[in-house]
Amino acid sequence: MNEWLPVIFMVLMGAAVLAYVILDGYDLGVGMLMPAASHEEQSIMVSSIGPFWDANETWLVLGIGILLAAFPQAHGVVLGALYLPVVAMLVGLMFRGVAFEMRIKASGWHRELWNWLFWAGSFVASFFQGVMLGRYITGFEAGLGYWLFAFVVGGALCGGYVLMGSTWLILKTEGEVRAKAIGWARWGLLWVALGVALVSLATPMVSETVRDKWFDFPRTLWLMILPAATIACGWWLWHSTGQLRSGGSSDDGKPFLAAVSIFTLSFLGLAYSLFPYVVIDRLTIWDAAAHPSGLRFVLVGVVIVLPFLVGYTVYAYRVFGGKTSGKLYD
Amino acid sequence: MEDALLLARTQFGLNIGFHILFPTLTIALGWFLVAFLWRYRRTGDEAWLTTYKRWVKVFALTFAMGVVTGITMSFQFGTNWPGYMNHVGAIAGPLLSYEVLTAFFLEATFLGIMLFGMNRVSPGVHLVSALAVAVGTTLSAFWILALNSWMQTPAGHVMEGRQWIAADWWSVIFNPSFPYRLVHMLLASGITASFAIAGLSAWRLLHAASDSGAARTLRAGIVTAAILVPIQVFVGDQHGLNTLHHQPAKIAAMEALWHTERRMPLVLFAIPDEENKRNNYSIELPYAGSLILTHSMDGEVKGIDAFAPDVPPVTPVFFAFRVMVGMGVSMLLVSWYATWRTRRGQAAPRWLLWLLSAFTFSGWIATLAGWIVTEIGRQPWLVTGVLRTRDAVGEVGAAALGASLTGYVLTYLALLIAYFVVLTHLAGSGDDRAPGPSSSEKAKGAA
Repeated sequence: MNEWLPVIFMVLMGAAVLAYVILDGYDLGVGMLMPAASHEEQSIMVSSIGPFWDANETWLVLGIGILLAAFPQAHGVVLGALYLPVVAMLVGLMFRGVAFEMRIKASGWHRELWNWLFWAGSFVASFFQGVMLGRYITGFEAGLGYWLFAFVVGGALCGGYVLMGSTWLILKTEGEVRAKAIGWARWGLLWVALGVALVSLATPMVSETVRDKWFDFPRTLWLMILPAATIACGWWLWHSTGQLRSGGSSDDGKPFLAAVSIFTLSFLGLAYSLFPYVVIDRLTIWDAAAHPSGLRFVLVGVVIVLPFLVGYTVYAYRVFGGKTSGKLYD
Repeated sequence: MEDALLLARTQFGLNIGFHILFPTLTIALGWFLVAFLWRYRRTGDEAWLTTYKRWVKVFALTFAMGVVTGITMSFQFGTNWPGYMNHVGAIAGPLLSYEVLTAFFLEATFLGIMLFGMNRVSPGVHLVSALAVAVGTTLSAFWILALNSWMQTPAGHVMEGRQWIAADWWSVIFNPSFPYRLVHMLLASGITASFAIAGLSAWRLLHAASDSGAARTLRAGIVTAAILVPIQVFVGDQHGLNTLHHQPAKIAAMEALWHTERRMPLVLFAIPDEENKRNNYSIELPYAGSLILTHSMDGEVKGIDAFAPDVPPVTPVFFAFRVMVGMGVSMLLVSWYATWRTRRGQAAPRWLLWLLSAFTFSGWIATLAGWIVTEIGRQPWLVTGVLRTRDAVGEVGAAALGASLTGYVLTYLALLIAYFVVLTHLAGSGDDRAPGPSSSEKAKGAA
């Protein structure tokens, strides 16, 4: 049991991070799309994420909480090494979260200011999450090339979130916004394709550990399922948005599902690259794991609480299911 | 190293001090909202619904401030105090995880339904959602105060290798100071929310034409405060006795008691002189210190000298304690007088409305002062007797800490100003004001 505890918690942490990236990903993406929309469209876009963003961000706290509870050694190393990108991300998240409430209550130039902060905060938070990811993959190596890589990942993640946000808007809105969102999704997809390709090629180049895991025949052949499936999902997204644009289909959920699949597949690839390290080449999950007494205590809580948590989250999404009405606080 | 320690502490203290303002308000405000909704359901009186809709906006705004600053804190545990996680992560981590699992998701998810779902779910489900949010905020206080209290008065832990682990979770959670601290903090929240409601309602009565809802919430706020403040005085005294038992050095600092004494006087005011270990310009009440702390005229109270060198800095603890008690006393007087003055539906005079407006954030001042007493009073320990603060600080350079500190200060300043602007706006005007001459005038002015 004790050897398995770190594995269980790694899976839980991974699930929390994936849930965060997908869920907050779509609302950060909607935030970044704000400047591309008119005033009325902005209101509808914000309404579509209003009931969810608080809970979405909680997944980030859960991910950090598990890192802290299950891998305390890694928590200090990772957050210490990522100090400045973390601060930048937090400042972005703060302005954005508060702007969300403020812009509803403000008017005139105040409202414009909060709209701008909502956009800027979403962008800064997304970009630096990508930078954190880039730094993390390369084991926080110093050097210009590694930082450049991190900035590329930052840009790619922004593209990914824009894709999530626009497919969410296709699902949740109607009329003009939806039509615009279809276009945004196709742009976002191009960005994501570029980003995923770059990161997939660059990661084995900058890390020997990752290279050895992927280029090891005949295992490589099996592993090619992941990129192949990712490409298939990309094609599916392109195709389904094309159909929606021409009016050939009315299934507004497909693009979002395809975007979620792309994120999940990329995440699995990343998880495979890193396992069993929690800090690449330095700390495995067993090195960094907390004492089993604490882990067992948390696991009891997870087993009891998680079904309720998933249950009421699903309930909340059902309450606000269907297309968004333009008014908050109705 | 010392610079980095000071900066890390300043930054964390600033963040935690800024963060605590908002939960202090939302924990109890959540219960007020449940009460408003409940009254509406029972009486069918639309005014209660209007009241609810007004205050739920204040709640949402305050909650968002709490969420974003709270996320920052969850990261700062690692960025500023990696040693904390290395040594006591096996205890702190699980408690924080339980807070996220049982409280954060509950409140955040049902907040969505509470804020935006009124027309999408039945009134019963909506009330339950509001209840879930209130329960969530209170549960979050439960877990974080369990951890904080464990750091003050650790129990149930054993050493294993280089780290501390829990031998008995029940003892860890229900450590000696936890029940006192939890009740003290929940009451602080109740009083803070009461004065905020009374103060903003008073502001509204002064600035909006007529609003029966505001007169009603004003009364609700001051009556609740008038009930809770005396309870808080009693609980605070009990908490103090608990601290005397478990953290006597903190009490010595609070009272600026440099030497162990029998028949200890109560120092009402003084300028503590840390260098020479004595008080200047002190005004004292003979025997009162012993009487309060030991409930006996000639009880012995241990002074700073008995605990050196592990003693907290005296000056901030001494003054913060006096600010907290001073605020408590004035809140007691204001709430009792206002309750008496508005008895049987009498309208409060304008000067009282101004006074209550001035007291809107009195709870924040008292709460912050209380936290300064308890947190600085714990120094030099991070976890009393287990881990020193200086052994937990990270290796982030002073330059990076300084730069990020500047960033945080500017961010918090901007957020706080915006918060006040919007709050004043919400209190002073708004869409659901009873139509009166002044409102149409203002509308013309705005157009």
